Amino acid sequence: MATTTVAGVTVDVSDDGFFTNPEQWTEAMAPELAMADGIETLTDQHWQVIRFMRDEYFAKGTGPTVRVLGKTSGVTVKELYQLFPKGPAKIAARIAGIPKPRGCI
Amino acid sequence: MAEQAIEKVSIIISKGSLEGIYPGLIMANGARAEGIEANLFFTFFGMDAIHKKRHEHIKVSTVGNPGMHMATWLGGVPGISSVVTHMMEKQMEELDIPSIPEFMELIADTGCGMYACRASADLFKMEKADFIDQVEDIITVGEFYEKAAGGQIIFT
Repeated sequence: MATTTVAGVTVDVSDDGFFTNPEQWTEAMAPELAMADGIETLTDQHWQVIRFMRDEYFAKGTGPTVRVLGKTSGVTVKELYQLFPKGPAKIAARIAGIPKPRGCI
Repeated sequence: MAEQAIEKVSIIISKGSLEGIYPGLIMANGARAEGIEANLFFTFFGMDAIHKKRHEHIKVSTVGNPGMHMATWLGGVPGISSVVTHMMEKQMEELDIPSIPEFMELIADTGCGMYACRASADLFKMEKADFIDQVEDIITVGEFYEKAAGGQIIFT
């Protein structure tokens, strides 16, 4: 396990940059995390997905996959890929400060 | 030093059975989820997966399939393939695995390209109108290699 500094706070992250302790995350960290994944501005729709990721994580113990996001977050799969071109579930999880979602479909 | 990440895959689906189609679809969908560029190519019986009238009726292969763990003669009894397929679909539904038509729509929405094989389409006398709307084009093997350039090719 490694640590990194986001918005001036030291947090625990995995080797591929996912928070291992989601409690350490604050909304103020999201813009900096997004920038690191190539997203310059977080829109309301980005935030809708980010908050949904966190809610799902805390309710179910793992973040949703792209299919689940498309079915339940209120944002369509096409829109999700426009918001997070490098992989919606993966990138949104990294910005939302939760571990990488596990699930094949 | 970290291994170089995969950035692009071209997945060929050549078989028309349920177990011949799903793995390629899961790999394509999974690639897009990882932000990997992906294309799907359907050839020979794999084209049933994109055939408008057939893709809702894909069946598990019960004959010549030792993985079924049933007697060969039993696998050939009329209707067995439908029964086994029905059982498997029920289990997949419980696990929330999408049906093939729904999966195709999802994968196309992720930005994965879908193409049919020219030689197979000619052989089976199929046209673009026979395929689901998500299929972008019927292409030759040469065009396939052009589209696959710079990535990995996976044949299933």
